[in-house]
Formats: sequence, C-alpha cells, structure tokens
Amino acid sequence: MPPVVYVVSGGVSKFAKARPDKTFQAVVKEAYDYAIRDIGLTFEQFTELVDGSVASYFSDHFQRQLMSGIMVQDYLGLCPKPGHRVEGGGATGGLCFQEAWKSVASGHMDICAAYGFETMSHVETWKGNEFIALASDVSFDYPVGGFYSGYYAMMVTRHMKEFGTTVEQMAHVSVKNHINAYHNPYAQKRNRYTIQDIRDAPMVAWPLTRLDICVMSDGAAATILCSEEGLKKLEQAGAKIARPLVKVTGIGRGTDAMRMADRPHADYDTFMRHSATEQEKSSDETRAYYRRLWDKGFRYPGVHSFRAGRTAGNMAWKHAGLTDPLHELDFIELHDAYTSSEIQTYEDLGLCRYGEGGPFAASGKAFMPGIDYGLNLPEKPACPVNPSGGLIACGHPVGATGLMQAVFAVWELQGTIKKHFGDDRLQVKNARRGAIHSHAGTGTYVTVSVLEREL
Amino acid sequence: MSKLPTHRPETLGGYIVHNLPFPKVLNEETLALLKQMSPIQIEQVYQINYLHSYGQDSPFFAGLTNGVFLGSRDPKTGYTYANPRGHDMFTGDETQWVVLPNEGTVHAFTVCHFGSEEFLPECPFVLALIEFEGANTLFLTRLMGVDPNAASLDWIGMKVRAEYLRNSKLKPTDVYFVPV
Repeated sequence: MPPVVYVVSGGVSKFAKARPDKTFQAVVKEAYDYAIRDIGLTFEQFTELVDGSVASYFSDHFQRQLMSGIMVQDYLGLCPKPGHRVEGGGATGGLCFQEAWKSVASGHMDICAAYGFETMSHVETWKGNEFIALASDVSFDYPVGGFYSGYYAMMVTRHMKEFGTTVEQMAHVSVKNHINAYHNPYAQKRNRYTIQDIRDAPMVAWPLTRLDICVMSDGAAATILCSEEGLKKLEQAGAKIARPLVKVTGIGRGTDAMRMADRPHADYDTFMRHSATEQEKSSDETRAYYRRLWDKGFRYPGVHSFRAGRTAGNMAWKHAGLTDPLHELDFIELHDAYTSSEIQTYEDLGLCRYGEGGPFAASGKAFMPGIDYGLNLPEKPACPVNPSGGLIACGHPVGATGLMQAVFAVWELQGTIKKHFGDDRLQVKNARRGAIHSHAGTGTYVTVSVLEREL
Repeated sequence: MSKLPTHRPETLGGYIVHNLPFPKVLNEETLALLKQMSPIQIEQVYQINYLHSYGQDSPFFAGLTNGVFLGSRDPKTGYTYANPRGHDMFTGDETQWVVLPNEGTVHAFTVCHFGSEEFLPECPFVLALIEFEGANTLFLTRLMGVDPNAASLDWIGMKVRAEYLRNSKLKPTDVYFVPV
C-alpha cells in the first residue's frame, strides 16, 4: 500500500496575455506565496519545513534563458534544497505534479513544492506558434507548415468524417468553458459567447476558429504536497490545513508517437486487449458498437484519438479503483487546448465511447449545474468538465497549466472555491473526487491524476 | 607596458536613452516610489543556424530529389511506414527501404489561415495526411490544386498523386500532392 500523499494548498497567479510588470521568478512567487499564506504559515516557517521542489516550464525559447528553474528555486529561497525541472510539452505541469507526488510517495520527501510557469509574451504570437511547432518532428513535420492548430484541425476533420462530429458540438465546449470562466477571477478570458460567436470568429485552421483555441499566456501556479509525516510537521509549526484533507489516489501516464502520421491504425482485438476501458470490455452492447465501428473502417488510435490519454486514464482509474469515471468523478479539469481535443478527451477518459464525443459535448453532461449557458441542453450535468474555464478561457501558460488544474481541483474538493474566487458559482457541490488531465504535443505525453477528499 | 583601458567605450547602436524619469533626491520616500515604476522592456535577438542531419533518413530526401517516394518496411512483418523510420516500433528491427506508390488518398486535412512566423506568407495553405495502398501509416504533406476557401470534408478520401519540386530544397516539401 503506497503512502498517503496529500495536496494541502495551492496558488495561481492571474493568467494574462502579458506580465511585463514582473520577471518570471516574481510571478511564480505570487502563486507560491499564496499557497503558503493559505495554510497560515510565514515564508520563513515554510522554507524551514519544505524538503524540496519540482519545477515545471516548457520552453527555454520563450525567455531566451536556460535553467530558468534554478532561478526560480533561488528566488523562492529554496536553495540549497533538492529540486529539478521536468519538461514534457503541454503536459509539463501534469508531469511536475506527478513527480512531486513521487517524491513524497517514495518517502524521499515529506513536503514537496511543485511550481510551474511560462512567459509567452516575450515573442509575437506567430513566433510563439513557431516555438510550439518545434515540438513536432523538425525533419518531417515542422518544415511542411509546422502549426499545432493545423495538426489538431487535421485530427478533427477525421473525427468529423468518421463520426459525424459537428462544429456546433465543438462550439458548445467553447461556450461552456468561457461562461464558466466568467466566474473565475484568475481566468484570462471571461466572456459570454454564443455558438454563433464561436463560428463567426476568424478562421485559424479549418474548421477551428480563434474561439475554438486556447490563447498564449503569462502565468504561474504552485502547489504543496506532503506525506502524513509532513502534515504533522506543518501543523506542529502552526499551519491551518483545510479539512477535509485532499489526497492523491490515482496516477496514470501514457505516450504516443511524435509524428501523428506514425500512429498505428490497430484492429479491434488489439484495441480491446490494450486500450478498452473495463466498462467497455464488460458490455456486450459496447463490444458490438465497436465491432460496427471497425466494420465501417474505424482504426485505433489513428489520428482522431489519443492512445496516450486512454492509457493514462485507464491507469489512473485502476489506481484509484474507479470503473465508471462519468459517475464516480464529480468534476474533471482537462487539457482543452482546442474544443476538439476536449471532445477527443471525453472519449479517451471513457466518459463516452469513441465516436460519441460530439453528441456528449452538446448533451449537457459536462456542464455545471445552476449556470445559464444560453443553450438548450437535453441532459442534466453528470460530471462537469473544466468548471474553471479550462485552457480555452483561463489561458495556457504551458508549464503552469497542469498545476493550475491541480490547484483548482484542490479548492473544489476542499469546498473553498468561494474563498478563493469570491464567488461560489463554480463550486461543485459536495465534490468528493475529481481528476486532472494534462496533455502534450499531438497527444505524445498525457497524465491523469485523481484527487479525492477524505471522508 | 601599454596603459590598460579604464573606461568601457561608448558605442552607437542599440538603446541610447537619456533622462529616464528618476527621483532627483534619493531618500526613503522617493526610493519607495520606484516600486510604482513601469517595466522597462528591451529587444533581444536570438538567431542560430543549425547544421541538421537527416541521419538514417537521408535516402528519403535523396529519393525526393529524383522523383522517388520511399517508405520503410519491417522485413519480417511487412509493416510499412509512409513516413520513413529507421527501426520498426513493434519488432525493433531495422527497416528496409521500399518504393511507395505515387498515388494515395487524403486521410485528413486542414486549411491553415494562420501559422508559425516562417509560414505566414504562405497562408492559406492546405495540410493533409495521405494514406497509401500497402502502407500502414500516413504521410504529412501540402495539398495543392484545391480551393482553400472552399474546404470540404469531401476532400477526405480524394485520390491524389505526388508531384516533385524541380529544384529540390532537401525538405519534405520537395514532394506535395495534387488531386488526380
């Protein structure tokens, strides 16, 4: 039985298009100080107790600065304690969270700080697109017209062709996430949009418009993880840790080929053996559904699905003892860099079957209760997805994003959204269990972590 | 022994500023006011030429310059990659070069109306993943000869054929595809 790992606190800087008012170290300190203040310790008290850290940031290019991580470690007064940087594209924050979990679960540390940041405003948007596109194969993919929105748009044209997914279904995701963020003071884009607004926005990569796509941001996030021993140390020093306590109960990761073109197009048996969820395997009706998909030419994962996401989800659900994520999770913060990838991720995480993500997006199941979206949703919310507004509305300062999800998840599970947001409309009532999902590249690294409040 | 320089030379170029707002008198109060100062932002240039090697994939690019589209095949299983790959991902074996057909079909596509800095002048352009008879994986390419302002899902499944640049640039864009 692995040791219990708690997530006791977190902080997020305001995500913004640009933060020229502070250097990246000082922006991280905003989030880090918030996390320390939230448990009622002074900077000196926490520095005395914390055993080390993990730093998360994606690109050295954005800042033209190598070893930014140690500059933050230094600025936060964490030297000479142990620390290291993790990097895995868009999943960097999720990987960082899991590395901090490992540091505590392994017994190496009792208290570990995980902090992440990105400063994307130092270059023009098109140069930023170029930096991000360098996270595709520079021999074969980048020179053809390297542009991540283009890569995701290709995935979705295939999704639309195979499953009948519509642009209006994708727009439901954008409307939902933007309106959720309307109540989140940390979010970069707090706007009420309609389906028509999403479709009328400038086309970026057909059929994805500017409002189907997250924006580049400057921002930081930090969170504090600890063991039972670490919890004792913090409380003995006077920390006021919110009850119920929040612990990590599931960890999953997956990977896939860098070049989307190289992804396998596997047969039904291979899918069932390696990738089907327990729920899918145990249902005659679902096995027949997939047989019919294969008869129509479906192959897995192809370019429409994320095998890494399915692998990470299955692993995390198994670790946490879940078999029906849609009904056993109270919310999910997932990596919606694109409306289309939120739909793809519904399927990867087993909230619905492959091919059913489009109708699921427009069903209402992933919406928050009690919020007027101006949409006619046929079903009641089942598991709100991105109650914070996700990447599409909060912004995506890459290294901070996965940790931002962890912070919002902890606040949801503590029941402290009103305290932090000044508004409780995004508080998922009686939230007991939630998941965070972090995703890189064209689905190359994906992490899923399950967080749960103690009863 | 010559006299050692004791002053840094004043040079032209870059940023030359005079009279940035600053307190005339420095005391506790005026120093604290510096906290209200707006950030100073300067330009920094970052330009590099890399000598990139295609390594074991080099014959693919030599093929393109000769109008030949090469793929990679696992000798035991026959699993064939439309985008060359030195070793098979399932067996771990070294792959063999095979000639792929010059015709394929569009598997997925998009029209990029925006992009990375390097490709902005080419917008709108069409990216497509092409599937080939006898190949298990796809190839990313530019699709020409279709109207970027009339994108349609009907393009998926369209038969296309390879065209080659006459003046090779030793890039994967030396080959592109057009409707048959």
